[in-house]
Amino acid sequence: MTEAAHYQKLKEIVAIYLPEDVSVDAITQESHFINELNINSANLVDIVLDVEDAFDITLENEDMDQMETVQDALGIIDIKLAKES
Amino acid sequence: MAHRVVITGLGVCAPNGVGLEDFTHSLQNGISGIRFQSRLKQLQFSCQIAGEPLIKDHLLQQYFTPLQLRGLNASGLVYGVIAGMDAWKDANLPIAAKDHPDWDSGIIFGTGILGADKFRESIYAIDAGNTRRLGSTSVMQVMASGISAYLGGMLGTGNQVTTNSSACTTGTEGVLMAYERIKAGSSKRMLTGSCSDSGPYIWAGFDSMRILPRNYNENPAAASRPMSATAAGFVPGSGAGALVLESLDSALKRGATIYAEVLGGAVNSGGQRGSGSMTAPNSEAVVRCIKEAVQASGIHASDIDTVNGHLTATSKDALEIFNWSKALVGGGTDFPYINGFKGLFGHCLAAAGSIECVGSVLQIAKGQVFGNLNCEDLHPAIAEEVDPTKIPRKTILHQPKILAKASFGFGDVNACVIFSEFND
Repeated sequence: MTEAAHYQKLKEIVAIYLPEDVSVDAITQESHFINELNINSANLVDIVLDVEDAFDITLENEDMDQMETVQDALGIIDIKLAKES
Repeated sequence: MAHRVVITGLGVCAPNGVGLEDFTHSLQNGISGIRFQSRLKQLQFSCQIAGEPLIKDHLLQQYFTPLQLRGLNASGLVYGVIAGMDAWKDANLPIAAKDHPDWDSGIIFGTGILGADKFRESIYAIDAGNTRRLGSTSVMQVMASGISAYLGGMLGTGNQVTTNSSACTTGTEGVLMAYERIKAGSSKRMLTGSCSDSGPYIWAGFDSMRILPRNYNENPAAASRPMSATAAGFVPGSGAGALVLESLDSALKRGATIYAEVLGGAVNSGGQRGSGSMTAPNSEAVVRCIKEAVQASGIHASDIDTVNGHLTATSKDALEIFNWSKALVGGGTDFPYINGFKGLFGHCLAAAGSIECVGSVLQIAKGQVFGNLNCEDLHPAIAEEVDPTKIPRKTILHQPKILAKASFGFGDVNACVIFSEFND
């Protein structure tokens, strides 16, 4: 899977957790999940579970703590996929 | 100054009707919501029938966002949200704007146990060492106050938002708690109601107590027989009912449609003393509760022309009739019209009081007393106490002027509320 495909897949996961007044188009690589996309912090847990299922990887608590932006998440996904391949 | 309190909105999610229109039609025409449940058969229940609301999938999307629907596995929560949101809409009340709660509106929405299926799902995950996979919504789906929390967020209510729990009196107690709050001036509007989950994990305990009918698995609609000589136990049910209570001032100011007035009521407990126990009501307490409700409402017992009983279809029904007779003005033809709705949809447990309060208020709104189902063979002790014409088997035209509704629950707890036709 290419970088662009990862990004697309992650965007689709994140989209469902956006509040009604934030559009999918607002998601960029730099977006901060909580501060910019206004995602409820409780839902970050669900995003992590969805990412695990979609990419077939396991994220640790430390990974979660570092996952503040879309870019952070993509980076962590890359590292995990590289390790597990 | 005590504020007068009126009912301006109703919502219901019952085994024999989801939405006011279907529910009213079923009550008027004696349509049962009790059906065979193959899952209960599979699990070797003695009683394999129950009253469960039929919710179509597309209906859920009208009430929940796609995000809320993910992993949603709490039937009581679904019923409560449908009934609660419907009642608010029926009252023609707005949803609070994005940044400002409505400080004058609150919620008291009760339940017995919430999200049993979600809890079971979580327990399996936890025991398999997968706690980290539970996700973010297992807490709010299984906490008792999940129902008031969901409704509170959907409506943006800024007054008291809470959940009461008192077994089968829950819904009726909630109406009185909401009434007291508005009467005291602490709130202008309260959404009150109650909900109860469906399914084997809710109903199993009652099956094991052997208090459910065992011989009607092939004939579900005839199983729930309040006041009948052949009453064989209560049929378990589920669902939700909801009412919007509002100060008369607020209702008049908005030009709201008023269904009825809440005159007052009373709650008490028999203390599990005397004839009372964990599972049986102390008759002295029941009589006292009804008398106190009459007194608190500023009426005479003889003013009550219609009663909606608790009447579960057990051997206790005759005792309940004697208690009403004692608390009001005696039996015979002096006894008010009386009915019970459990013949139509079973005993909806924590949701029973609210669904039956909605049905009671509908009787006032329609000028009817809905027919009692399955008591063509009236219990002889009841027929001796009360003139049988006071127990309509079919829906009759009669405008209830003052209606008393009571619910009794495990723990020997009682609630009685008095509704009246609205007269300014």
